[in-house]
Amino acid sequence: MASDPIHQFQLKKHIPLEIGGMDISFTNSSLFMVATVVCTSGFLIWATSGRGMVPTRAQSFAEILYEFVAGMLRDAAGSEGMKFFPMVFSLFLFILVANMFGMFPYFFTVTSHIIITVALSMLVFLTVLGVGFFKHGLGFLKLFVPSGVPIAIMPLVVAIEIISFLARPISHSVRLFANMLAGHITLKVFAGFVVSLSSFGVLGIAGSILPMLMTIGLTALEFLVAFLQAYVFTMLTCMYLNDALHPGGH
Amino acid sequence: MIIDQAWAASSEASQSAEGARGGGTFPPFDPSTFASQLLWLVITFGIFYFIMSRVIIPRIAGILETRRDRISRDLDESRRLKEESDAAHAAYEHELAEAKRKAHTIGQEATDRAKQEAAAEREKVEAGLSDKLKDAESRITKIKQKALGEVDDIAAEVTGAIVSELIGGKLTKAELTKTVSAITK
Repeated sequence: MASDPIHQFQLKKHIPLEIGGMDISFTNSSLFMVATVVCTSGFLIWATSGRGMVPTRAQSFAEILYEFVAGMLRDAAGSEGMKFFPMVFSLFLFILVANMFGMFPYFFTVTSHIIITVALSMLVFLTVLGVGFFKHGLGFLKLFVPSGVPIAIMPLVVAIEIISFLARPISHSVRLFANMLAGHITLKVFAGFVVSLSSFGVLGIAGSILPMLMTIGLTALEFLVAFLQAYVFTMLTCMYLNDALHPGGH
Repeated sequence: MIIDQAWAASSEASQSAEGARGGGTFPPFDPSTFASQLLWLVITFGIFYFIMSRVIIPRIAGILETRRDRISRDLDESRRLKEESDAAHAAYEHELAEAKRKAHTIGQEATDRAKQEAAAEREKVEAGLSDKLKDAESRITKIKQKALGEVDDIAAEVTGAIVSELIGGKLTKAELTKTVSAITK
């Protein structure tokens, strides 16, 4: 059981709840969502409580996070996009911290469940649709009609554009989910090799050096992936929002 | 296929140990957990969004805004102070040039006056000297004439003495003088 690489994704009910036949128990996933929110909010509230003209280290870190996401959004969607800053900032921090929590042994990775990443990407997708149609009406459909394409192949191009637009929430959510899932499985598998090889005596212990090094390297890589996937998710969110704000812009 | 069975078996084992849910499906694809996850995501992410948009973001934006204002105010202040110091420096340079010019004029004036005074003095001295020279010259001429006049008397006297010695006769003074002046002329 200990070496089962899937076990870490198992939900455990901490407080079983049920309303109208729906299972809404408070699980380990819920626990880590709460932990993510409490720790991130707590840190940021604490870090910025001084409101220092000259920032402390923590405040400086909070400011860097702010400037990082604000810069990303402003570059991708212009200053108009800044009204979505609270959403983008919340998404980035929620995913980043949830991913990072997942790196602790025995901690649950919230973003390794597809329903969570689908929900987050649908939030973005529906925001894009809502804002696009609200701001531009049917003009939003210009998004599917690239300028400068010969009329003969236009139907084909439009079809491709529509399919790729509809595929966005899928790729958006699966990218994050699959990266977190695969990374954690790989880590667990290599770490499992170390344990099982070591039980074969001296030769086994010598042989377990390789997967051990692999596990160390993968751990570093997973930290990178945890950050990178949060970044990629946020970056794509910014680009999709840009489409909603400027549908004719590409 | 074998792997799937192994997964199923192991997860079933783990689930039975925990008395949990879901049959043998791969946990992330187990629909029975979706409702709970979604609900808790909506609750937690909703609270998180609320805290971020109402507390954190205005606060950090405020901090950055205040700092930007402060920096631009300080820059303005420093620009103003620099202008002031430039003006003061220019005034100082101007004053210095003025003072230099004044000092030069004063020096020039003093030199001129001293030159004039020296020239006047020299003229006076020179005039005095030429007066004295003239006086001396006239005196010398007078003395020379007097001396020359006396020479005739002396010559007459000497001649009288010589004649009396040689001839033994006495000549009158008038005769002697007439003779001497006839000879010397």
